[in-house]
Amino acid sequence: MIPVSHVLSLSAILFTIGVTGVIIRRNAIVVFMCIELMLNAVNLAFIGFAYGMHSMVGVMFVFFVLIVAAAEAVVGLSIMLAIFRNKGTLNVDEINLLRW
Amino acid sequence: MDIQLIFFYIFAVMAVGGALSVLLFRSPVYCALALVGTFGFLAAIFILLGNEFVAAIQILVYAGAIMVLFLFVIMLLNLRTVEPFNLKWSLPKVLGVVVSIGILAQMIGVFTSAAARLGPMGAYSPERIAQEGAVQIIGQILFTDYVLPFEVISVLLMVAVIGAVVIAKRRLPPPGEEGR
Repeated sequence: MIPVSHVLSLSAILFTIGVTGVIIRRNAIVVFMCIELMLNAVNLAFIGFAYGMHSMVGVMFVFFVLIVAAAEAVVGLSIMLAIFRNKGTLNVDEINLLRW
Repeated sequence: MDIQLIFFYIFAVMAVGGALSVLLFRSPVYCALALVGTFGFLAAIFILLGNEFVAAIQILVYAGAIMVLFLFVIMLLNLRTVEPFNLKWSLPKVLGVVVSIGILAQMIGVFTSAAARLGPMGAYSPERIAQEGAVQIIGQILFTDYVLPFEVISVLLMVAVIGAVVIAKRRLPPPGEEGR
C-alpha cells in the first residue's frame, strides 16, 4: 500500500518543476511542455486520491483533463506555428505584442 | 518494506529526474524526449496505483500523440536557428523560483497533513475493480453519470481541430494576385 501523502508530494514536486520551467525558460515550446508537465502532476494527484479513497471520480477527471490537454496542445502549437511564421522567433521575451 | 513502495520510490525519482531534465536541457528536442520519459514513469506509477487503463491512455495520448505533435512542430520550425537556451539569472527569475519553492513547501505541508482525514471511502475498492474490470466500471460511469461532460467535450475537440486548422493555415493570396 503506497501512502497517499507520498503520491501527493510527488505530484507537488512535479507541479513545482513545471512552474519553475514556465518562469525560467524562454523558448515558448519548452514553456508549453512545462504546462503539460503541470497538467500531468494534477492528473497524478487525482489518481492518488482515487486510489486512497476507493473512488472512480478521480479517474473520470483524469480522462477529461487528458482530452482538454490534447485540445490545448493542438491549438497552442498551431498558434506557435503562426507566431513563428510572422515574427521569426519563439522567444517569449520578444513576443510582447499584448504586453502593455 | 513492501515491494510496491520500493518501485514507487524508484519511479518517482526517475520521474523527477526526467522533469528536471526538461527544465535544464538546452535543445527543445532533448526536452521533448525527457518529457516522454517522464510520462512513461508516471504511467508506471499509475499502474502501481491500480489504474492500468489510465496508464495505457497516458502512454497512447501523452507519450504517443501529444509528444509526437511537439516533435513535429520542433522539426517544422527548425529551432536550431533560434538562439540556444542560456540561463541568465535576473532578479524576477530568482524571485519566481523562490516563490515556486514556497508554493511547493505549502502544498507538501497541506498534502501530508490532509492524508490523515481523507473522508469516507468510496464504493470501488481494488478488489471490486479487479473483479469487475476497470474498463467496464469506467465505461459504465462515463456513460451514466458523466454523459453530459462526455458529449460536451466532443464539441470542445471539434472546436480545437477547426481552430488549429484555421490558425495554422497560410494566408492565401487574394484572387487575382496568384503569381505574386
